[in-house]
Amino acid sequence: MPYIDPHIHMVSRTTDDYARMAQAGCVAITEPAFWAGYDRSSPKGFYDYFRQLTEYEPARAAQFNIRHHCWLCINPKEAEDPGFAREVMTLIPEFLDRPNVLGIGEIGLNKNSKNELTIFEEHLGLAQQLDQLILIHTPHLEDKLKGTRLIIDAIKRNTNLDPGRILIDHVEEHTAKLVLDNGFWAGMTLYPDTKCTPQRAADIIEMYGTERLWINSAGDWGISDPLSVPKCRVEMKRRGHTDETIETISYRNPLTFLSQSSKFSTHG
Amino acid sequence: MSRYAIDCPATKSQVVDLYFMEHRAKLLDIAAFLDRYDRAPADDEGHRGGAAGEDFRVAALRKALRILREDGPERARRIQEHFSDMTEQPIEKAPMQGALGVPPVSRT
Ligand SMILES: [Zn+2]
Repeated sequence: MPYIDPHIHMVSRTTDDYARMAQAGCVAITEPAFWAGYDRSSPKGFYDYFRQLTEYEPARAAQFNIRHHCWLCINPKEAEDPGFAREVMTLIPEFLDRPNVLGIGEIGLNKNSKNELTIFEEHLGLAQQLDQLILIHTPHLEDKLKGTRLIIDAIKRNTNLDPGRILIDHVEEHTAKLVLDNGFWAGMTLYPDTKCTPQRAADIIEMYGTERLWINSAGDWGISDPLSVPKCRVEMKRRGHTDETIETISYRNPLTFLSQSSKFSTHG
Repeated sequence: MSRYAIDCPATKSQVVDLYFMEHRAKLLDIAAFLDRYDRAPADDEGHRGGAAGEDFRVAALRKALRILREDGPERARRIQEHFSDMTEQPIEKAPMQGALGVPPVSRT
C-alpha cells in the first residue's frame, strides 16, 4: 500500500533514509521550509536553502521514485527579528513558480511572541495575494494550545482565506477539535518520544474521525523517525482498523489536500 | 451510537492484551523518576519556582497524576490542558527557542 509523508525535512536526512522510505511504500513527500538547528547568519543562507529545496532534494528523491515537493517561508523560530524576516520573504516570490513548490510553509508561531505573530500575518498576506496553499506549524508542548488559538484568530481576523486550503500541523488531543471544527485540515506529527506517539495518533483518529486529517513524521535533524508514517499504519492495523481507514489517513487525505496544487504528483 | 467518530476496533480485553505491559512499564518509569528526584541532592541556589522549593515541572507532574486518578473521558486532553500556557495575549519577546513542557509559574 503506497503512502505519502506530507511533512518531512529531508535536507537533514541521509540518502539511506530515502531508500528505506521507498522500501516502506513512500511515493511522495512534501518538505516545509524550517529551522536548520541553528540561526542562519544572513538572508543569503535562505537563498541557498531554497535552492536546495527546489533543485537538489527533488533530484535526490527521484533516485528512489519518490516525488519531492516543498513549501517556502521563513520559519517562526527565526522570525523574532522582523527586519531579517522581511528580507528573507522578498526572496520567496521568485521561487514560487518552480515545479515542486506547493505554497507557503511552515509558517506559524513558536513561542507566541508579538514579532512571530506579525511575521506570520505578513506570510498570510503573501499567500493570499499570490493564491498559495498554506502549511502551518503550531508550537510545541506548553505553547501549543495558546499558539493554535492565536493562529486561528489571526487567520479569521486578517484574511478571507479558505480554511480548506490551509493545513494546521502538529495537532494533539487538546487542539485537534479546535482546528477541525474551524474547517481547517489538521496534521498529526508522530515523534519517537517527547510528543505524539503512533498509539495516541490512532486514538485521535478514533475520537475525531478521518475527515481532513493526516499523519506525518516531521523527520528532521533532531530525534525523529522518517518511518513513523508506516509505523502508525502498523499500529492501526494491529488494533484492527480497516485497510480503507488506514489508506484514507496515510494516502488519500494528503493526496486530496495537496492536489489542490496542480504541481503535486505521486508519479516518479 | 458511539460519541466518538470511529469505534475502537479492539475489544476491552484486546486493548489490555495489546497495551498493558507497555503502560505498566511506563507507570514504573514515572515512579522511578520521582524516586530519583527525591534521592537527588538539592541545588546550590534552590530550584526554579514551584511550591515549597519544588521544581515547577515536578509540581505540575504531581498535579497531572491527580487528573489521571479522576474518572471521566479524555484524560489525555485534560492533562494536555493542565500542561498548557492558558494566557491569551502574545508575549513581548521570545525568551528562547525551545519549550520546557510546562508553562512558567507566572502563566499557569
Ligand atoms: Zn516541520
